[in-house]
Amino acid sequence: MTQETAHPIGSGLTLPQYRRDAVDAHPPLLSPGYGSTVLRAPQRPLTYLPQRLTEVTGPLLGEGRIGELDHDLTRQHDAEPQGQRIVVHGRVLDGDGRPVPHTLVEIWQANAAGRYRHVIDTWPAPLDPHFEGVGRALTDEHGHYRFVTIQPGAYPWKNHDNAWRPAHIHFSLFGRAFVQRLVTQMYFPGDPLFFQDPIFNSVPDPKARERMVARYDHAGTVPSWALAYEFDIVLRGRESTPFEDGDDDE
Amino acid sequence: MSERLGVTPAQTVGPYLHIGLRWPDGPYAVPEGTPGAFWIRGRIVDGAGMPVVDALVESWQADPDGRFDHPDDPRGAQPSTVPGYRGFGRSETDAAGQYALLTVRPGPLPAPNGETEAPHLTLSVFARGLLHRVVTRLYFPDEPAANAEDPVLRIIDADRRDTLLATPAPDGFRFDIRLQGEHETVFFAV
Ligand SMILES: [Fe+3]
Repeated sequence: MTQETAHPIGSGLTLPQYRRDAVDAHPPLLSPGYGSTVLRAPQRPLTYLPQRLTEVTGPLLGEGRIGELDHDLTRQHDAEPQGQRIVVHGRVLDGDGRPVPHTLVEIWQANAAGRYRHVIDTWPAPLDPHFEGVGRALTDEHGHYRFVTIQPGAYPWKNHDNAWRPAHIHFSLFGRAFVQRLVTQMYFPGDPLFFQDPIFNSVPDPKARERMVARYDHAGTVPSWALAYEFDIVLRGRESTPFEDGDDDE
Repeated sequence: MSERLGVTPAQTVGPYLHIGLRWPDGPYAVPEGTPGAFWIRGRIVDGAGMPVVDALVESWQADPDGRFDHPDDPRGAQPSTVPGYRGFGRSETDAAGQYALLTVRPGPLPAPNGETEAPHLTLSVFARGLLHRVVTRLYFPDEPAANAEDPVLRIIDADRRDTLLATPAPDGFRFDIRLQGEHETVFFAV
């Protein structure tokens, strides 16, 4: 009690805490098979940071950022892009299976030929005048999101001899706290290029790796129109016991 | 009872991050013209001292009153008194590896155990070659008393603490981020 009088600003401060991820669930920053990590991965061990106010809050970005056609990458131009039309949908969940509602999901991808609309992508596959390759959506109250797009192509890169990235869609997620922020890639089931891709294989736990692979969803496939893939994204879950004032600092 | 699920692994943003993550208003954690607003500019360099030209920096912070408009702040969500305040900034690096964010100084924050955190921003860096974001904090050089009491700065070795301190610049502050090597920035496991 005297503690509270001495530090009125901190008294009774109870913060939610997010579980630390398993060490083999994310790629080690230094993954030499992916050459660009060698000069960019920090060499010192990360410093353990107890989660405080700045970490357990985060930007709640919403409605104002989403245009009417942002979720439909096939309707952003006068005509449709080339390629296999697909629906990509799923839920954003936390590690306890609770939906994350009204959260921003941003995606970007190559076109059907595996070419990005980007100044530094110069490999000789055709650009598609009707495809930007960028999408945004908000999850609904059940954490569900839905995009319409086209199947991205695989593309070569210079990491190793005859290197090709498996087809993928880049995903960026906020969740509701700074500690939940995640950028990942969604892959397609059964891709024959997985075996030689150091980015996909940088995730040590094979079960965790599988969580980046979408599921072909026949029930969601729209007859005579588009194949569907389901991709649920799991952000960090909370500790059951919040970090309370008076707990020992770690 | 809720079921425990494994998290989705992180992957690199890759070299084409700008397609998906560029916002015209990205660098503005506060609107241009906000009284007291300043720029935070810095360069991201790799282990060879070369600029990282395909990176993205994101910032998050309390408002000048030390409040968050967020339901998980146990003091209650409180919209900022700064008009148009977002508290979140996003800036890609340019051809020289430079990023820039416009913001205002955050207030100090209460921490569990009655401690007080000095004004700070938390920063994420995403880049080609970073398979997971790296996280650091920016503190202000002109807050020596508050910094001396800060529970995060206090756990950092004295010879590395200055990697978390911005330096004064004509229109705000400078904060370089060294991913690797000599004077490597302190990065956190959050
Ligand atoms: Fe890619």
